[in-house]
Amino acid sequence: MIDNVDLALVDWSRAQFALTAIYHWIFVPLTLGLSFMIAIMETIYVRSGNEEWKRLTRFWMTLFGINFAIGIATGIILEFEFGTNWSNYSWFVGDIFGAPLAIEGILAFFLESTFIAVMFFGWNKVGKKFHLTSSWLVAIGASLSALWILVANAWMQNPVGMTFNPETARNEMTDFWAVLLNPVAIDKFLHTVSSGFLLASLFVLGVSSWFLLKKREEWLAKKSMLIAGIFGLFSSLVVAFTGDTSARTLAEVQPVKFAAFEAHYAGKQNAGLVAFGVLKNPDNQSDPLKIKDFLFKIEIPGFLSVMTGGNKDAFVPGIKDHVYGLPESAILAVAEKMKRGSVAMDLLNEYKEAKKQDDQAQAETIRKKFQDKNFIDEYFRYFGYAFLENPEDVVPNVPVAFYSFHLMVMLGFLFILICSIALYLVLKGTIAKNRWFLWIALFSIPLAYIASESGWIQAEMGRQPWIIQDLMPVSAAVSQISPGAVITTFILFAILFTALLIAEVSIMIRQIKTGPKH
Amino acid sequence: MTTMISYLFLQSYWWVIISLLGSLLIFLMFVQGGQSMIFSLPDTDVRKTMIINALGRKWEFTFTTLVTFGGAFFAAFPLFYATSFGGAYWVWIAILFSFIIQAIAYEFRSKPANVFGKKTFDIFLFLNGTLGPFLIGTAVGTFFTGSQFSLNNMFNVQWDNGWHGLEALINGRNLALGLSVLFLTRVNGLLYLINSVDDDEIINRSAKKLIINSISFLVFFLFFLITLFVSEGYAIDKETGQILLEKFKYLHNFIQMPVVLVLFLTGVVAVLYGIGITIFRSSNKGIWFSGAGTVITVFALFLIAGFNGTSFYPSSFHLPSSLTIYNASSSQFTLKTMMYVSFIIPFVVAYIWYAWKAINKKRITEDEMKQEGHVY
Ligand code: HDD
Ligand code: HEM
Ligand code: HEM
Repeated sequence: MIDNVDLALVDWSRAQFALTAIYHWIFVPLTLGLSFMIAIMETIYVRSGNEEWKRLTRFWMTLFGINFAIGIATGIILEFEFGTNWSNYSWFVGDIFGAPLAIEGILAFFLESTFIAVMFFGWNKVGKKFHLTSSWLVAIGASLSALWILVANAWMQNPVGMTFNPETARNEMTDFWAVLLNPVAIDKFLHTVSSGFLLASLFVLGVSSWFLLKKREEWLAKKSMLIAGIFGLFSSLVVAFTGDTSARTLAEVQPVKFAAFEAHYAGKQNAGLVAFGVLKNPDNQSDPLKIKDFLFKIEIPGFLSVMTGGNKDAFVPGIKDHVYGLPESAILAVAEKMKRGSVAMDLLNEYKEAKKQDDQAQAETIRKKFQDKNFIDEYFRYFGYAFLENPEDVVPNVPVAFYSFHLMVMLGFLFILICSIALYLVLKGTIAKNRWFLWIALFSIPLAYIASESGWIQAEMGRQPWIIQDLMPVSAAVSQISPGAVITTFILFAILFTALLIAEVSIMIRQIKTGPKH
Repeated sequence: MTTMISYLFLQSYWWVIISLLGSLLIFLMFVQGGQSMIFSLPDTDVRKTMIINALGRKWEFTFTTLVTFGGAFFAAFPLFYATSFGGAYWVWIAILFSFIIQAIAYEFRSKPANVFGKKTFDIFLFLNGTLGPFLIGTAVGTFFTGSQFSLNNMFNVQWDNGWHGLEALINGRNLALGLSVLFLTRVNGLLYLINSVDDDEIINRSAKKLIINSISFLVFFLFFLITLFVSEGYAIDKETGQILLEKFKYLHNFIQMPVVLVLFLTGVVAVLYGIGITIFRSSNKGIWFSGAGTVITVFALFLIAGFNGTSFYPSSFHLPSSLTIYNASSSQFTLKTMMYVSFIIPFVVAYIWYAWKAINKKRITEDEMKQEGHVY
């Protein structure tokens, strides 16, 4: 009974976080990319002195402002939700996790919000140079804020630079640079920011295409498309490249997630990369892993082995190997990890007991143990496994991971194509005549959003059940409030955010239809 | 020993930073104070637009300060973050909602096709203006009056009642602080408008409103202060480190930290002076004094909440669970790293100041509202 209540609490807390994060992410990538394109456009204006460029800059800036406001409204929720809904987590890792969040505020958010005021209200009040600088600072501030929040997120995927302190029952930071230069953080930053640039480019291409389809503002639309085409093509290549490096890092630090992306159950040599496929439910329903097979698939033979192992014969372990262990590849079974995690957990309890009994010597011995490298590598690193009930619990939802990953990657390659064609047609001067392409560009706006959201859904759902990889499952992280309270706030958020989104989209469309001011 | 000392120093340093951010936040909420009067202050639509635009150019500073205040608390005193946010769930959620609706209201209110109409967004501004300062003030009140939580041996919070923080609203002292903050932000809002709007009617009406709001502020604030001084406080026993109830604790804190007392009195006098020169000498510089005074006064209040062996987030339900700047802080390493980061703050303040001056060079006029440009 208690378990049921707890599960409802965990699920609703997750749902609430997912809802608010997904809403936040509708607005963030456009802010990231559009701010840079605006700065570029304004630079051209300042250099050329051509008033048309100013008109163009201000048009995109209006759209930027509408999007930015709602980005802020949805962002503040996420920050406080770590406390309100994941308070156990906030204590367990606050020593490390809080720092990037605070730095983000001090370093990035003030930069954004200060200079955005100059950007919007400063046109007739400050000099051209100062204004231009402000626009650049807004763009840099946005990307800086992305950096810090992604450092925080990356740490959850690959916790580094800390030791566990049994006295405070939490992880404490010992190496700031390790946290900042976490390989996952670097991948995430580059991939996420460039994907934001790409989304914004597709947004500008799409909106400009609409003007061309309507035969309005041709000059403005073509210039915008030129900038978005270049920026987008460049970004799309970076996205593909950093996506690939992300996947490689992933194969090392989150192998189960990686295998789930590919629905790769049984390990094998010469493993193929599934370019596209459809999963079917298992015939054997009693199988605890619920292994899914492919109804059909298009596969690049041997490519998965090449990617992860460097050659075709490399062995790529599958989900099954990660759950049940594979001594040849030095993969421990989850059951064993659960045992080792319990050893660490028991030791923590012994520590508490020693403290209670005021047995200082014993407490000191245990404290030392938690700093012992051997103990950390062999036992403490599996701490979170002590909370699990079945070995199969470590497997995320495979279809969600599989489809969202593949959708994102396919769209990624499509976008490279779209940006290339756009740039080609603009340079050739025939873009306005190729109406088929204008329609495609227009419809790629929603596709960009789908790709981008899929990215987060697979990254976050793919790491389930962990909130911190191997150290803490979501069920241990949640705040002790009644599920009813979380359900209530979930509904309130859903209603409020949906209402605001509707208003935003409606305002945005009206501003686009009205077009740039004269 | 030296490492111990520097840990203590870092914990104190971070309490000072938190206090500073908190006091800046209360001052910057003059934006909210102004918003709470958008229906009652202006007599025409144009004037309402002017007021909203005068406030709207500053709302992001306040908002970002709130965000940074939260982030700094998380980094420096994570146990407070986990305990208060996870426990007093409903109060924080209510505060958050009042800020979500603010963030879009300015940008959306006068845009065509905004679906819900200008009036709705103005109501959002009003709600944020009233509830924001009031609820934040009430929540800060629990720093002195205590909350009903306990921590288990993994430091996870349990709230002792189903109200999850809303019970703070039935405590007279919390309410008094909440209302003081609300009226103080209204006073500052009026002084800000008098300073930055170029319109005689708005200035006259603001000056009139100033009197009643100042009196309300003083009444609630005095009530809060007097009850604070005569009440028990949560003290850390020097020998055992246990939390005890001490009579007249906060009064003692002022007496034992005379510098803080001087700060506090200076702050209060500055606020009164700012109000005084506006009412009696029709000066438009009042905001400078009351603003600085607000920062200093609130800063001093935060200091007596956390320093001199005081629990800054006491549990009235389970005394040993009370949080102090010592048991709730981050590790020494993190505090030190963050201290280096905090050295950037003066630089941040400098560019904010510079940009602020650049935008506020000209006072807001009716003409400006009619020109092409970014008007809320
Ligand atoms: C990759 C970028 C990125 C990611 C992953 C996130 N954000 Fe975000 N956030 C931004 C990029 C950004 C931004 C571009 O800087 C925003 C978006 C729109 C805006 O105004 O600034 C922003 C705004 C924003 C704000 C308002 C800031 C202000 O007052 O100016 C807060 C408090 C947060 N975010 C907090 C979060 C939290 C707690 C996240 C994680 C769960 C998060 N964001 C994910
Ligand atoms: C804006 C970009 C982000 C998006 C779109 C996003 C998406 C999601 C989604 C969809 C979930 C729900 C997963 C599930 O319910 O299974 C989730 C959960 C979560 N995410 Fe993210 N995420 C983002 C950024 C971050 C960042 C940067 C952090 C950390 C700093 C973070 C921390 C968390 C936490 C703590 C949870 C709750 C635990 C869980 O349910 O997994 N997220 N996020
Ligand atoms: C071109 C092929 C692409 C590849 C190979 C690729 C690869 C990846 C991988 C492996 C991850 C997971 C990282 C993790 O879980 O830690 C990821 C995440 C993500 N992807 Fe992609 N991606 C591609 C295209 C795109 C596109 C087109 C977009 C959006 C426009 C996008 C947006 C994202 C986002 C927002 C995330 C979550 C943040 C992160 O985990 O880095 N990706 N991508």
